[in-house]
Amino acid sequence: MPVEYPASGGLMAEHRAVRSGCGLFDVSHMGDIRVHTGKSAGGALAAVQHITMNDASRLAIGQAQYSAMLYPEGTFVDDVIVHRLGEDDFLLVINAGTREKDISWVRENTKGFDCQVEELSDAYTQLAIQGPRAVEALRKLTDANLDGIKNYWFTHGTVCGLKNTLIARTGYTGEDGFEIYVPSDVATSERVRNEVLEAGKEFGIVPCGLGARNTLRLEAKMALYGHEISEKINVWEAGLERYCRMEKSEFIGRAALEKARAAGLQRTLVGLEMVERGIARDGYRCLNEAGEAIGVVTSGSPSPTLGKNIALAYVPPAMAGLGTIILVEIRSQRCRAQVVATPFYKRPRKVQAV
Amino acid sequence: MAYPTEYRYTKEHEWIVVKGGIATIGITDYAQHELGDVVFVELPKAGAKLEAGKIFGSVESVKAVSEIYAPASGDVVEANAALQDKPETLNSDPHGAGWLVKVKLTNPAEVSSLLDAAAYEAFIAEKQKEASS
Repeated sequence: MPVEYPASGGLMAEHRAVRSGCGLFDVSHMGDIRVHTGKSAGGALAAVQHITMNDASRLAIGQAQYSAMLYPEGTFVDDVIVHRLGEDDFLLVINAGTREKDISWVRENTKGFDCQVEELSDAYTQLAIQGPRAVEALRKLTDANLDGIKNYWFTHGTVCGLKNTLIARTGYTGEDGFEIYVPSDVATSERVRNEVLEAGKEFGIVPCGLGARNTLRLEAKMALYGHEISEKINVWEAGLERYCRMEKSEFIGRAALEKARAAGLQRTLVGLEMVERGIARDGYRCLNEAGEAIGVVTSGSPSPTLGKNIALAYVPPAMAGLGTIILVEIRSQRCRAQVVATPFYKRPRKVQAV
Repeated sequence: MAYPTEYRYTKEHEWIVVKGGIATIGITDYAQHELGDVVFVELPKAGAKLEAGKIFGSVESVKAVSEIYAPASGDVVEANAALQDKPETLNSDPHGAGWLVKVKLTNPAEVSSLLDAAAYEAFIAEKQKEASS
């Protein structure tokens, strides 16, 4: 996926298309790992419970959840979306950049479980159709009842003539939308891609690149591996506790998280809005008003939706209060920013017709 | 977009043109294309000194920040204030209204060692070939 498509009008136009109509992301680079039953039932669930922090036993068949794989230190191997395909059958969707590491991590840490691990990354292309009108575009191409799929649920249906296609109401944009998984051979994936673009024309669809993917997820405060989450950052610091079920059975990282919780937070992720001119970028230092280094920016960009310069940063909890002034070192200058509530953007709730 | 023949160019994608002892400096159409939507321009104030080959400002798009190098040495007489409120001018008119600074050159001979339009066009054609291969 390129950073942007000049023919779509570039990053800003792509971003706006997803917020107001719809956009298509060819996310074929994402990785897919299936963990399913070995000799007897229950082994796959036990394995998934062991390697992920959310509680997969709470998923119904056809439901998905945001989760993460952790190191024994309670820090991140990667974040994942766990789909429950069957009673003892799971699909883990992982990041592109961490694919090799993730697959060997899963294989290594499920060895003691009665399950089969299958890498499907090269078999499927993931197409993400995102935006308030994505549902209308996709409806033209499928027999599946899209309105029956709630957020973070999925179904199987025929899409562009392809039977038994996985259609999930998930995404990485903070907008309504779907991710579909189609066979990755070039002829098929190209055909589906073109049919989606054709069907979405009347809803303003454009192909979108990595640039818009980044600004959209940043506005929605969705974590990106290597930025907000990494092998050096733990679950509490990243503020992802609602996806971490300490009360479920043992899982990798749990013991360290117990300890970290007792020790208290050293740093926490906050949203920043620039008060002075300047754009905070990944890696820039954060200072307090006395000029002492207190933290670091993990992601930053102009927000096309808000028309402001926003960023995420790790700072000490004492500096995390809303309205706190933080200085960001932008090249030779120190620019004022303030801590603001996140997510920066929340999609408007649809009003139910009475 | 055509590259004006009276301008000179750098391999860092700046242009410079001298008229009546004052040089105007900007970034090329190729540079603005590579950057995408420009959202912020950081420029020196009048009186600042530029040194050939050294960074004197930056242009920021949504996706990246790019530093600007001085094509020649001199003293800034004016920075393009209009870019503060309309940075997108750099995308729409990079060789005209999107100029960055006007400079009184201290060593005008430096300009003659820069690329002419034909050499610059050949240079970016080579870059585009590399990118697509």
